[in-house]
Amino acid sequence: MTDDAANVGGHRATDSRAITEGRLSARRIFAQFGTFAIFIVLVLLASTQSDVFLSERNIMNVLRQMSGIGIMAIGMLFVVLTRGIDLSVGSIAALGAVSSALLIQQYPLPVAIGMVVALGAICGAISGFLVAFLRLPAFVITLAMMTAARGFALILSNGQPVMPGADGAPLSAFGTSFTFGFPNPALLMFALFAVAFLVLNYSRFGRIVKAIGSNEEAVRLSGIAVSWHVMAVYVISGALASIAGILVTARSGVGSAQVGVAAELDVIAAVVIGGASLMGGRGGVINTFIGVMILGVIGNIMNLAGVPGYHQQVYLGVIIVAAVVMQHGTSFLRR
Amino acid sequence: MALVELDNITKSFSGIRALSGVNFALQAGEVHALVGENGAGKSTLMRVLGGEMRPDHGTVSINGEPVRLTGPIDAIRRGISIIHQEMALAPDLSVAENIFLGELPARIGWGELRRKARALINRLGFDIPPGALVSELSVAHQQVVEIAKALSREARVIVFDEPTAVLSMGDAQRLLDIIRNLRAEGVGIVYISHRLDEIFAISDRISVLKDGRNVDVVTPDKATVDDLIRMMVGRPLSQMFGEKPPTTIGDVLLKVTDLDLPNGVGGVSFELRKGEVVGLGGLVGSGRSEVARAIFGADPIRLGAIELHGKPFRPRNPKQAVARGVNLVPEDRKGQGIVLDMEIAKNMTMAKTGPVTTLGFFRAARERKVVDGLIQSLRVKLGHPSDPVSSLSGGNQQKIVLAKWFHSGGDVVLLDEPTRGVDVGAKTEIYSLIHRLAAEGKALLIISSEHAELFGLCDRVLVMGEGRLRGELRPDDYSEENLLTLSIGAAAQDRQEALA
Repeated sequence: MTDDAANVGGHRATDSRAITEGRLSARRIFAQFGTFAIFIVLVLLASTQSDVFLSERNIMNVLRQMSGIGIMAIGMLFVVLTRGIDLSVGSIAALGAVSSALLIQQYPLPVAIGMVVALGAICGAISGFLVAFLRLPAFVITLAMMTAARGFALILSNGQPVMPGADGAPLSAFGTSFTFGFPNPALLMFALFAVAFLVLNYSRFGRIVKAIGSNEEAVRLSGIAVSWHVMAVYVISGALASIAGILVTARSGVGSAQVGVAAELDVIAAVVIGGASLMGGRGGVINTFIGVMILGVIGNIMNLAGVPGYHQQVYLGVIIVAAVVMQHGTSFLRR
Repeated sequence: MALVELDNITKSFSGIRALSGVNFALQAGEVHALVGENGAGKSTLMRVLGGEMRPDHGTVSINGEPVRLTGPIDAIRRGISIIHQEMALAPDLSVAENIFLGELPARIGWGELRRKARALINRLGFDIPPGALVSELSVAHQQVVEIAKALSREARVIVFDEPTAVLSMGDAQRLLDIIRNLRAEGVGIVYISHRLDEIFAISDRISVLKDGRNVDVVTPDKATVDDLIRMMVGRPLSQMFGEKPPTTIGDVLLKVTDLDLPNGVGGVSFELRKGEVVGLGGLVGSGRSEVARAIFGADPIRLGAIELHGKPFRPRNPKQAVARGVNLVPEDRKGQGIVLDMEIAKNMTMAKTGPVTTLGFFRAARERKVVDGLIQSLRVKLGHPSDPVSSLSGGNQQKIVLAKWFHSGGDVVLLDEPTRGVDVGAKTEIYSLIHRLAAEGKALLIISSEHAELFGLCDRVLVMGEGRLRGELRPDDYSEENLLTLSIGAAAQDRQEALA
């Protein structure tokens, strides 16, 4: 009994186990702070390249530009944690942009926004049902939703930008103004990240989502309804993509079905740069936020440095690979 | 001169001896059967022969020449093919492609390939179109393709590991005919099976292994089924089980009537009473795990009735079973029992979060109290509750699975191989936990391949054989011989009657 008490008190039972634990925690520390280190290096590098970079105006600009990607990255993180993927976020954002521009002409603003978010959630529920209950591959199902939702947005808008006119004024006011010196869309992103942080780390739902990505069968055999949880992450992803779409309409004052083309790729890149594993179970909210910021800073500094657009895409690809190698490289080598 | 000779082979896994000085020789044109209980070392020995494992000591000789096998490919090149129970075919490739997989020429001449494949299959007495996809074939035909694959590599030695376990009776007979033909061609055959009637029908010699050692080598005309069973068993009952505290066995908690499953398990009826520890014995593959998983709602039920506390119970998923107080400690701890990368504490509270959450959010202090209580109660040896479960030894990992159900608090606990891969010290502790659960008035069903464990722990032992419940042993009848006779004997009789 005394022996046990000593062990509970934090002593390691055997040397060999202590070594494995040490290696595990070293890897964990790197996963925790590796993303942050990359971000700091990038910021330092960027500030040497341009005087404008660290100016308040530029920082706020980056935050506002990345707010949509950031909000969608939250949903993507939850999906990726369950070992899934959601390719439909960009298209659902377009649907959100178009439908919000249409609906605010007929309904009071809160009602209209509620309907738009619900629409995104329904899109996510359809994908989620097919993935979770019918066990169809997430990649294919959300690819299908990607085309379908984009098509739906084009039908609703007739292929033309939707001008909400005077009814859109309150939404535009929200999207273009500042609170406490921050652009409102960025504040909304911060708030959603904070909620996601609490949910993922302190709620039953968040814990189960993470566990599903690590060992779905063990979760199921613990008497937990795995399918409902898997479906729920797609609902969340769809709803958040809708919100991202509303923000675009709010910022631009126009609802366009061309919103968010290929945005899913940026979103996935941000989540992966943030250290999440596409094999599920690994990833965090704070790191995902930093991943979003890394993506934003890379684009921003290349603009400031006058790198031509086509070149930017090549550099971006290289930088994504470099970031991921820095996070996972050591564990790849070990295997 | 022997075709292959394994001499004095010793192999340990993390300190536990799987093989101690085992000898095995195979002549050309001989069928040499290898029998023994689960865990006797048959598979390990064949992995050494197939180059998948290197022995710690001892030599492998081929045609009298000592060799060091560098891996499975090396073994195949030297003419040794192993046909595993889980077949290693590519389901979406054609029969011909599978047969010549790994040796496909850079430029594939399809016509020639198919002609060669057809010739090999015909040599086995079958006619399977070489262009058919493997996934479209019956299990029996897939096995023929496996054998043809071995022949294409000019195998001189073919190891069959439980080949008839997945076959119907007619197909099993045809397989035995194929093996006889191969023997006539001078191929050396190692035949592993739990079906002793087959062993007697086909073998020239029979090697018996037990606890990683040779017991004897016999010829079928000089031994009986009973002799073999006696040789396979007979380990002394160790004193590690402890005393079961005085427990009054009460009312029926779980009643299973004519349970019938889609996977071929059927006709299973039994009762579990309050405070009772019941064993479910029989060989691996006899349907024991399937029964437990079905009662837990993890696998579908086709027919039959289950009553829990006298009320009908038909779980469609594990969630419903847990809600009604039925818990399962699954067979595959790492794959099904725990989330390895997740913290120890979170694994413990996973199945029942109500007491440690408010509105779906965890209350850290409350959770820590529950976890600390469980750690003390189950004497889990750990660094810190926030370490991942993967940092624990096998025995302590298993205690985490038990802790999960201690916390969840069901009345019926199904334990599938609760001490597999667990060291002796932790085993004893798990046994005392099982006694404790019984003393608390729960009903326990224990599946184990270690029969001594069942006899040491259980009030009675149900015996399964080939998907059927074959009988029940009371403590007075406890012997491995009786258990195996019920499990194998009854099944063999079934088959003979069906053939006659």
